[in-house]
Amino acid sequence: MNQAAELTVGRHYDPIGARLGMWLFLFTELLLFGGMFLLYAIYLHRYPQEFHYGSSQLNQFVGAMNTIILLTSSLSMVLAVASLQRHKRNLAILFLTVTFFLGAAFLVNKYFEWGHKISHGIYPGSPELMQQPKGEILFYGLYYTMTGLHGLHVVVGMVIMLFLIYFLIKKSDKVLNLTPHHLQNLIGKKLLLSDEKGQTIWKSERIVREMQGLEVVVKGVVSEEQMRFNEVKLENSGLYWHLVDIIWIFLFPLFYLISM
Amino acid sequence: MAHPKEVRQEHQLISYGTYIMVWLALLMLTGLTVTAAGLNLKSFAIIAVIFIAGFKSVLVLNYFMHLKYESALFRNMVFMAVFTLVIIIGLTFTDISFR
Repeated sequence: MNQAAELTVGRHYDPIGARLGMWLFLFTELLLFGGMFLLYAIYLHRYPQEFHYGSSQLNQFVGAMNTIILLTSSLSMVLAVASLQRHKRNLAILFLTVTFFLGAAFLVNKYFEWGHKISHGIYPGSPELMQQPKGEILFYGLYYTMTGLHGLHVVVGMVIMLFLIYFLIKKSDKVLNLTPHHLQNLIGKKLLLSDEKGQTIWKSERIVREMQGLEVVVKGVVSEEQMRFNEVKLENSGLYWHLVDIIWIFLFPLFYLISM
Repeated sequence: MAHPKEVRQEHQLISYGTYIMVWLALLMLTGLTVTAAGLNLKSFAIIAVIFIAGFKSVLVLNYFMHLKYESALFRNMVFMAVFTLVIIIGLTFTDISFR
């Protein structure tokens, strides 16, 4: 059995390559948000009064709450990764679930925050906002675009977490393959399956033809291979989630704290 | 294919405690940002809050994103990406300010 386990031909496993690819993707995200931060910097420079006034109209308390929520979600995410590295699958699932609900809490806050603004007639293109000075229109335009795009990233992150929880819960049949090399000269013989006491629990028919392959299927286990691949998936999703956190680390002071 | 056990070892385990300490530091820095913004530092405030945000990002990158424990390749790549972004934002902003 041990010999057979070593013979299983695994899928290509390259955690460093996988992380490298994830980082490259994160760089594109950095540039996407970077462009918007550049726009923000320029308009802040051009319309300082309007930006300061706009910022004073945002709810600082909600902004700070969301910062704490997102930082905590980053902690629970990294703890999920750490648990899985220690082979504590259930703990990893628990931490992932916590992260998911913290992401949801962030969005609920955002919903009330946006809802409050929208109910006061302040949203992109609203008649109310269009009467305001140009700098203020730009401030709210950037506010809705940047926090909106960030919120979209939170939603995507949460969907990814649902998939991860599914991957971690899922147990699959473990298939051990024996190659023809080990199956030579079996014609006329039988295959036996015995327990630890040597008692035969199953016996095959007499083999009459050359065997091309033997498959042993072990029902419902989390295989070592699956564990390793889940670790890679979880780690890369963690990288994404932390980047979303970093973006908020900059969004929070730039939008909520420049009023004072 | 590399043996599973060898591959496991390439990532050293970081204690839960380290992560919790980093999280506490991040929370404290958030408090510091809010305080700094309230100090009436005028135009210096924006520099202060961005500086603190940068420091928080370094913590997240190094510990939560394990950059500290990665090979030089990863650190150089991230440095180049951030450096490029700083050049893009820096140069454009200088152009706008001194035009």
